[in-house]
Amino acid sequence: MRKVAIIGAGITKFYRNVQETPKELAFEATKMALDSCEMKLSDIDCVVHGTAPDAFDGVHMKGEYLSDGSGAYRKPYMRHYVGGGTGVMSPIHGWFHVASGMFDTCLVVAEEKMSSAYPHPAGAFLTIFDHTTEQALFPTLIWIFAIEMNRFMTTYGYKKEDIALVAVKNKKNAMDHPSAQLGAEITVKDVLDSEVMAWPVNRLDISPTSDGAACILLAAEHVARRVTEKPIWIDGVGWALDSAYWTTRDLYYPDYVEVASRQAYKMAGIKEPSKEIHIAEPYDPFTYKELHHIEGLGLCKRGGSVQMLLDGVTQRTGNLPCCPSGGALGVGNPIAATGLMKVIEIFLQLRGEAGKRQVPGRPTCGLAQAWGDLMQVGTVVVMRS
Amino acid sequence: MEITEKMVAKTATKLSAEEIQKGKVLSVKWTPKLKYAWDNGPAIGRYLAELKNGKIIAKTCDKCHRIMIPPRMFCELCWVPTGEWVYVKDTGIVNTWVVSYVDWKAGRLDIKGGVRPFTPAVIEIDGASKGMGILHHLNEVDPWKITRGMKVKAVWKPPEERTGSITDIKYFKPIK
Repeated sequence: MRKVAIIGAGITKFYRNVQETPKELAFEATKMALDSCEMKLSDIDCVVHGTAPDAFDGVHMKGEYLSDGSGAYRKPYMRHYVGGGTGVMSPIHGWFHVASGMFDTCLVVAEEKMSSAYPHPAGAFLTIFDHTTEQALFPTLIWIFAIEMNRFMTTYGYKKEDIALVAVKNKKNAMDHPSAQLGAEITVKDVLDSEVMAWPVNRLDISPTSDGAACILLAAEHVARRVTEKPIWIDGVGWALDSAYWTTRDLYYPDYVEVASRQAYKMAGIKEPSKEIHIAEPYDPFTYKELHHIEGLGLCKRGGSVQMLLDGVTQRTGNLPCCPSGGALGVGNPIAATGLMKVIEIFLQLRGEAGKRQVPGRPTCGLAQAWGDLMQVGTVVVMRS
Repeated sequence: MEITEKMVAKTATKLSAEEIQKGKVLSVKWTPKLKYAWDNGPAIGRYLAELKNGKIIAKTCDKCHRIMIPPRMFCELCWVPTGEWVYVKDTGIVNTWVVSYVDWKAGRLDIKGGVRPFTPAVIEIDGASKGMGILHHLNEVDPWKITRGMKVKAVWKPPEERTGSITDIKYFKPIK
């Protein structure tokens, strides 16, 4: 396998609702990524696109629809989709293309326009549940997250007021992110006093619905070294799915994230992730998910994530900054674009180009992770400068 | 190269809810009317037929010896065809639960107006292997007094109202 580097990145502003079409958003992010490393579309060998359910945009075969915006005209093009895990599947999918030796350059684009499902995209999720045994009970995504959060809390005795600190941290971090939709200075009390959605989930425990796009440019080593002095290497990739029988799994622990991360760590030669990973962007569509994923990723021992949060370890100035971007909770959550936003954050942090968000200590190894489907997929990328 | 406010400023134009609702920006609206008839297969087909009889049926795996609910034609862990049909009880314990103020479309329930929050739960069914749960609703219980491990029992619709659906069980309620 060949070495693969990220050499450029682009991202749009995230909003609840934007005027631009999905294609136009994809175009903006893709153009910014090419411009960032002074590459032209004619330098690009192939394109991959990550985007979540067609039901959001209301456009069936959304990958084909988006291809023009992603610069895929008459190029090899593939779309991938693993629900919320899509955004970190994107660099993995692009990595195949380049690592295999088939292509030297690959644009990796991720887009989501959730506002099209009107008035709220939540209803579009009903049909992800089993049509016979579950849909008849009219479940919603918030329920299953709340169900998982409660199992996580009752297993370890975690308190809501402690978990709420994730929202406080991430929304504050997002104040320094140029794309952010919900950067804010809030308190634990604000989270606890916010509207109850599905206890234990309150409104401020949830990331918003968003429109947005992101793009990175991957290159083989000989191209990367020519184009940039600061290539960021994709040193490990991993992904895994658990069973769709989600009610027969113990939801307190994301085994599939552990499986995915072990695969990525093995490939990257990482033996002690909590020491060797300097900075992480675990997926945080809900407050508890950041903690749940930190445990699944082996960045602390099982049941240790809340203490880590309370000790300030995951703050931007801590020993293992988590979601320094502001995460899905703060920057926003245009599903596939969120995962790629996280990859871009690690890319910028490892290059020392994260501006006001730059973590101290010159990190050289970082990780981005996403999660999705019926609480069953984990996608992990390990990156080094 | 840092990504700056200036760079992202022109990438997307924010629309307010008001601009859309009042038609200040033009949009096209469509309400799909899709129809499907989902076949349930032999495993869930039998499961539904038994629910109509007021019974819950599971299936076993001859390899890992799990008693699985909902029943399935192949074991997803051992990846072999499943074996015997086994009746399990209509009682169980609460594995995890929610007190929901929203419906499936994220619409708000009128909690202040006295509407009871939904309390969906994963219920581990007695007689099935440990941890084997199903999604269903809890009722006849104060939503704030539900606990992990609480014993519950199915409350069935009267036989003449059953249709062969998971909703033939109205909900689960606590028992001592």
